Amino acid sequence: MMFDRYLIDSDSLHNTGPVQAPTGFAFTARLGYYRGLGLSMVEELEVSIDGEPLPRSAVRFDEGKGALTLDEMETCYDRRWGFGAPATISVEHPGGFPAGEHKLSLRQRLRVSYMPFPSFNFDEKTVTLAA
Amino acid sequence: MTGSIKRGVSLYSFQEEMFLGQMTVEDCVAFATSIGANGIEILPEQNMPQFPALTDADVATWREMLARHGAHFTCYDMFLDTKLRKGELLSDDEQVESIRRDLERCNRLGIRNMRVLVFVRPDILERCVPYAEALDVHMGVEVHAPWHLEHAWILRTIEVADRLGTRHLGILPDMGIFMKHYPPEFRARFEREGARPEVAQFIVDQHEQKIMCEYTIYEVAVKMQGNPAEVRMAETLRHAPFANPKRIADYAPYFRHIQAKFYGMTEDCTDPSIAYDEVIPELVRCGWDGTLSSEYEGNRWVQDAGPVDSREQVRRQHVMFERLIAQAREDVRECA
Repeated sequence: MMFDRYLIDSDSLHNTGPVQAPTGFAFTARLGYYRGLGLSMVEELEVSIDGEPLPRSAVRFDEGKGALTLDEMETCYDRRWGFGAPATISVEHPGGFPAGEHKLSLRQRLRVSYMPFPSFNFDEKTVTLAA
Repeated sequence: MTGSIKRGVSLYSFQEEMFLGQMTVEDCVAFATSIGANGIEILPEQNMPQFPALTDADVATWREMLARHGAHFTCYDMFLDTKLRKGELLSDDEQVESIRRDLERCNRLGIRNMRVLVFVRPDILERCVPYAEALDVHMGVEVHAPWHLEHAWILRTIEVADRLGTRHLGILPDMGIFMKHYPPEFRARFEREGARPEVAQFIVDQHEQKIMCEYTIYEVAVKMQGNPAEVRMAETLRHAPFANPKRIADYAPYFRHIQAKFYGMTEDCTDPSIAYDEVIPELVRCGWDGTLSSEYEGNRWVQDAGPVDSREQVRRQHVMFERLIAQAREDVRECA
């Protein structure tokens, strides 16, 4: 709950790919933690629409140094997601983000070394993608 | 003989405004010095975007910025990513190496206190003592709730420090261990999340009586069939110890810096939860002359209800510090 309510920047949501035939969508997100963290310790970025999780393999992360799959992040030891720093989360989703009002959520699972269990952050925003 | 307690601020206190891009690090430093809190504690992994890189130019920029505001560094909050790799912990050698790099960064920045996370093993720290001595940095293991001054895990660090006869390993108390009263900010948040006032009052009353937390959690979760917000509120009691302030003098030789944790100050500048009115007289009596470094952590409890004003909270805490320090010094003089 540290910064949960600020994880998703809902104004940043946009479709990706050709305008007439989007291949997915993307949005800006922040890490819900009071410090930056190496990417290998970001275990999960689960994106859901209306509570339905999208496949892990469809998600990409880019803090500005190039997009990575979540599997690639697991062994990325030389990049960090900085404190309060925006990163782009993109999702392969044929047709793009659905029209009309929907709930977009992001659940982060972090491996924080000093905690006995994984750390979870969660944000859900009601969004309508501008046509 | 009374020492002179110094006042400072951890940049942790302004995490809400910094996260949201409403304050820069320099804004925080400028504010701290405006209230006479000239000692600055940093979290490099929060406040230095280029971490772990630290060039000589970075060091110069930081030191010049602090000097411009009449501030100085007090403490460096280290982290240790033992779980860097999935499925295996860092080896002991890797842990020592990570701590050594932090000690070197402290030394280059001119910082003589390093906050060590409480989970770091005492035998790892023992191996780091020669580096801490050579670089003249005190490694203070954070005594953070639910640990407390006399917790057996903390005593292991004290034992290592005594056995080595070193002045570069000790502790660094977080004042959250002196939670005499349940924080009103916690209670209000849980009530906004659905805790019934009568159940919230029961939990507060149990804490007030210092009943061991597991009794209360069982009462709320099982006997009262508490709702999720009520159970979460009861579970916060696991992290709400009230250590005995009278034992501070016994441990004062082992610490040079204090993280002055707080969750919210009243308008008349008192802390309704943490027993600073009992802690500060003990510090003054034993002549402790380190830094009380504000660590405001109320933002996460109130941000759902309105804008957070960390500056005002920190300002009020320092009004309280000045009042309590002056009062305690007066009392000591009268006794002398």
